[in-house]
Amino acid sequence: MDVDLLIGIFPQVLLDGITLGFMYALIALGYTMVYGVLEFINFAHSEIFIFGAFVGVEVLLGLKSIGLLDGLPWPLVLLLVLIAGMASSGLLAVTVERIAYRPLRGAPRLIPLISAIGISFFLQDLIRLVESLWRNAFNLVYPTMDVLNRRFELTETIDVSVKSLVVIGGALLMLWALHLIVNRTKVGTAIRAVAEDQAAASLMGIDVNRIISLTFLIGGAMGGAAGVLFGVQYGLINPYSGFIPGLKAFTAAVLGGIGNIPGAMVGGLVLGLLEAFAAAYLSLLTGGAFGAEYKDILAFSILILILIFRPKGLLGEIVRERA
Amino acid sequence: MIHSLISVALVALSALAVATFPRSVLVFLLFQGSLLFVFKARIPERLRWSLLAIGLLVLMPTIGYFNSYYLEVATQVGIFVALALGLNIVVGLAGLLDLGYVAFFAVGAYSWAIFGSPHANIIFGGQTFPLAGWWFYVFLFVGLGTAAVTGLLLGLPVLRLHGDYLAIVTLGFGEVIRVLANNLDKPINLTNGPKGITPISRPPTPFGLPYGEYFYFLALLIVVAVIIVNRRLEDSHIGRAWEAIREDELAARAMGVPLVRMKLMAFACGASFAGVMGVLFSAKQVFINPESFTFLESIGVLAMVILGGMGSIPGAIVGATVVTVLNLQVLKGFSLWLNELKNAGVTIFGYSLADLPTQFEPAKYERMVFGIILVLMMIFRPQGIFPARRRQRELAH
Repeated sequence: MDVDLLIGIFPQVLLDGITLGFMYALIALGYTMVYGVLEFINFAHSEIFIFGAFVGVEVLLGLKSIGLLDGLPWPLVLLLVLIAGMASSGLLAVTVERIAYRPLRGAPRLIPLISAIGISFFLQDLIRLVESLWRNAFNLVYPTMDVLNRRFELTETIDVSVKSLVVIGGALLMLWALHLIVNRTKVGTAIRAVAEDQAAASLMGIDVNRIISLTFLIGGAMGGAAGVLFGVQYGLINPYSGFIPGLKAFTAAVLGGIGNIPGAMVGGLVLGLLEAFAAAYLSLLTGGAFGAEYKDILAFSILILILIFRPKGLLGEIVRERA
Repeated sequence: MIHSLISVALVALSALAVATFPRSVLVFLLFQGSLLFVFKARIPERLRWSLLAIGLLVLMPTIGYFNSYYLEVATQVGIFVALALGLNIVVGLAGLLDLGYVAFFAVGAYSWAIFGSPHANIIFGGQTFPLAGWWFYVFLFVGLGTAAVTGLLLGLPVLRLHGDYLAIVTLGFGEVIRVLANNLDKPINLTNGPKGITPISRPPTPFGLPYGEYFYFLALLIVVAVIIVNRRLEDSHIGRAWEAIREDELAARAMGVPLVRMKLMAFACGASFAGVMGVLFSAKQVFINPESFTFLESIGVLAMVILGGMGSIPGAIVGATVVTVLNLQVLKGFSLWLNELKNAGVTIFGYSLADLPTQFEPAKYERMVFGIILVLMMIFRPQGIFPARRRQRELAH
């Protein structure tokens, strides 16, 4: 075994893992916030996430076609794309809640979950339908911006791309903003109150329906931001590519303790790091017997084990079980 | 009386129509609709069953003689009816939402694919494989057993989970099985990875039947067996125990229902039906690869159960038929029709259909169909088209 190689790639893998982890954390927030308020897995969140990526690519392609992509300063372009992605994903999440979840509130627990699965499938093909009618293609490539592809060489073996810095920076910014909203504003207090006890919250004069919509808006916006960052980082998107990251992000949310906002961040980072290391080292350590493909199995095994042995997750939010 | 007359006339007319226009999708849909009508019409039981028997045993193979694609559709319907009935036990009766159901189908399919093709020689060495065709019948039971054991293996660790957590874990399990099938071409080549396994041998057919007819009758036979088993289970103490668990686990336990044994049995029973059909599927297709066992298939089967009505046997049958026909015929037929219009240069409101983008293919939108079915059913009729009686009462209040 080539120990030098194993050590040599370590910092690079660490960096990739952190980038991936922040992406998972951003998506996981959408699952965890909704679960905190409604105790319901918003299965369609993976499509709300990839919808943000598609809005982002449309904005970028639009800017490109009118020649502004290189004309505007790149941070402004990124900001524009992020805002567009967040706004549209947030609105989509609110709409989905209104149409497919609100009529089912109070029904047996599996009913809204099945509805959410339906919405998820519907949205995948809806995005495909619109894109194939509009662009005659549904696998879209993010237009490149030269600045983003630049890399700094830290040492001989490690280099940092501007892309991953943007992803990490963007994710940190979102997480900080979310922290402020949830913990420092009146609205945030209302969200926490509804999560704690809906009936009591409504007796205190909180409009529960509005707060639930707001939760979907914020969670969806975080998902949209993650979608744009996903597109910037990996380049190629298609309507079905949200599903697996969504499932992984849900794993991250459960890993950190579902319903728990800091937990989603911790869970996302842990899962991202585990996956990056599995992808890089599994094949090296087993002499090529098990390749990087097994990282998915690793993620799902973690999910299954956590749910069976520690359903509260790492940070131990108490999960009430409703049959 | 009037119903009986209409039923007989409908079946006769539609069969005639299919014989006259063997290429028309609409006419074949009419034929299927007439069988469905017979299935639900208020007519004497004896007449109903004889009409259905004539339709399925005589008319359908005859139609298949004119247009073998319809026989293929009917066989697919049979496969999915068995899958829907199996999932109906787990989801409908026992109330355990299983989102990775297709994994058991895969287990059955791979069990025959590996031993019924030269592929097993790679694993064990030598030249003993493929096994002779008659082993296929043995493997119908091997597939049943393997799938049931896999069902137990999944059931054991998830006994403590409820509701949506259970759903997510079964989804993860289904994905794990698919990823394994995709990657177990090394270190030991078990599944030949994404390239899949081929050629898978087929059993010798009795009476020199062509394979299309043979697999149709075999699927029909298995479906009938599955329906009988399902009925007997539903009315037995096991079926009642499942429904008790679905309604209220705590109360069921208090009444002395052995939770562990009953839940495991639900997983094993549901899985075994999928296993049998998996064996048939691999022999019918001659070639299988992991693409046939995706999450999409699991959700498709779930959509069938939900559409028909959770916990209802006629519901599962009708649901599977409608969804399969929708996918294989209506969507595909619409695609073909649209293509013809395109080539003919038809314009609608001044918009030339020839300008439609090439990427727009209605046949590829099965996810949208499943999605719409699931959401609409949940919002407007969660008990399904043909609700089970007990389930209907539960969802009514």
